[in-house]
Amino acid sequence: MSGQPPTDLQYTAEHEWYAAGAPATVGITDVAADALGDIVYLELPAVGAVVAAGAVVGEIESTKSVSELFSPVSGTVVEVNQAAIDDPAVVNADPYGAGWLLKVDVSGTGALLSATEYAALAAR
Amino acid sequence: MTDQHSPLHDEHVALGATMTPFAGWLMPLRYSSDIAEHIAVRTAAGLFDLSHMGEIAVHGPDAAAFLDHALVGAISQVKPMRAKYTMICAPDGGIIDDLVVYRVADDELMVVANASNAATVYDELAGRTAGFTVGLRDDSATTALIAVQGPRAAQILRATAGLAEDAAISGGTAFDELRYYACLRMRFEGQPVLVGRTGYTGEDGYEVWIEAERAPVLWRALLAAGEPFGLVPAGLAARDSLRLEAGMPLYGNELDRTTTPFDAGLGRVVALDKPVLVGPPDFVGRAALAARAQAAPERVLVGLVGETRRAARHGYPVLSGPDEGATVVGTVTSGAPSPTLGHPVAMAYVTPDVAAEGTRLAVDVRGRAEPVHVVPLPFYRRPR
Repeated sequence: MSGQPPTDLQYTAEHEWYAAGAPATVGITDVAADALGDIVYLELPAVGAVVAAGAVVGEIESTKSVSELFSPVSGTVVEVNQAAIDDPAVVNADPYGAGWLLKVDVSGTGALLSATEYAALAAR
Repeated sequence: MTDQHSPLHDEHVALGATMTPFAGWLMPLRYSSDIAEHIAVRTAAGLFDLSHMGEIAVHGPDAAAFLDHALVGAISQVKPMRAKYTMICAPDGGIIDDLVVYRVADDELMVVANASNAATVYDELAGRTAGFTVGLRDDSATTALIAVQGPRAAQILRATAGLAEDAAISGGTAFDELRYYACLRMRFEGQPVLVGRTGYTGEDGYEVWIEAERAPVLWRALLAAGEPFGLVPAGLAARDSLRLEAGMPLYGNELDRTTTPFDAGLGRVVALDKPVLVGPPDFVGRAALAARAQAAPERVLVGLVGETRRAARHGYPVLSGPDEGATVVGTVTSGAPSPTLGHPVAMAYVTPDVAAEGTRLAVDVRGRAEPVHVVPLPFYRRPR
C-alpha cells in the first residue's frame, strides 16, 4: 500500500517524519497512517509547549485503534495543524503534505533515520 | 503456524485489501477506508468474506435432540429452514462460544461457530454425543461464507447473475418471503447454495454458504450485481464497528469462559425448561445456569456513550466518576468512535449499582478520566 518514504525527510522508528527547518515540521508516515486506518481524532500539544525528543506528545485515534505521537525532536511547539485537527482524514490522504502535525523550534534532535533506513525498518 | 488462506484470498489481494491475521486466518481488514465501508453497509450494502467461520454439520435422527443436550437453546423447537442464535456452555455455565444454528433439514443442522473457537466447538460437541444417534462433520475447510449486508442486500441478490430460485430444493420458501433468521436453498450456476437471512451488522442482509472452489465466481457475481446499488467489499474493521453499534457481543470481548449468558444480558437464550426428548435429563451447564438465573448479578453488560472525543477501548477501567478518588466499577469490553453516531461508544461490564440508564461514570483512557454515561443497547437500530 505505502510508497517509498520521501528522501528529503528524516524518520523515527515510531513512524514519525521530520523536515529540518526553522521551524521544523513533524508528521506521521504513510505506513503509520495506513496501519491506523481512518483517523478520526488528533490530540496535539498546545502552541508554546516544550517537547522532548522521544517523549509522547499526542495521540492519533482511528476507528480501529489508537497510537501515540512521539516527538522526533526537542524544542518548542510554534504551530499545530488546526486543519488536520478539524478534519483528521487529511492525515490519511496526504501524510507528508497537508497532513503535517506540528511545527517546532528545534533545540535538539533524537536518533533519526534516513529514508533508506526507515524503508528497511518499515518493510520488516 | 502459517495463517490459513480463505478461498477468496486472491480476490482480496486483487482488490488491494490490507490483510490481517485473525484467528489463524489471513483475512481482509479493509479494502480502502474503514469508515467508508461501514457507511456503505448502513446506507447501501457491503460484501464480506466470512469463510473463516466454522461450519459443523450435525446429522442423524437425534440431531436436534442432541443439540438440545449440547447447547443451551431449545433447538428441537426450531422449524426446518429456520435459524436460532444460541450458545455452547461448559458444565460451570461459562460460554465456550456463541453460535447460530440453521435447521437445514428435519434431521440435519448446521452449527456456525466463531473461527477462533471452531475446533473447540467441534471437540466439545463430539464429547457430548453419548446416547444419541447422531453424526458430526466439520465442513469448515470446504465451505466458503459470503455475506451481503445492508438495506440494498435483497435487491443485489435478486440482480445477481447465475443465482436462481428452485422450488424443488428451496425447502419451502421463496426468496421474497424469506424471513429474518430463516434460510433457503437456491442455485448458483446450477449448483445448490444455502442462503440465510442473518448477519452481524445490525442491517438487513444475507449470508450465503457455497463450496470453497465455487466461491470466487459467486464473489465476483455479487460484486458486479451490487455495484449499481453502491455495494463495496468490506473488511473486518467495518464488521467490528458495525456489530458494536448494533450492540452485538463478540466472543473474546463480551463473551468468554468466565462469563455466563446471564452476565452478558443474554439469559433469554438459555432454555432452562426445554423438554428432554432423548438422552440425559439435563443439558450441559443447566444446573449452574439455573443457579445463576436466580442469583443477583455481580456485573451487568451496559452501553456507554463517551462525552469527549477520546474513545474507551477494550480492557480500559470504568470509574465511578471523572474526579480524583473515583473507584473502579467495571471494565470496557469493546469501544470505538462510532462512525454512524459521531461520538465514542463502548460496551462494559459494571457493578449493578451503576448500571442504570443515565448513570454518569468515567473511563480511564490511558491515564485520563473521560466522562461517559450509561445508555441502553443497542447504540444503533436500523430504520424500518
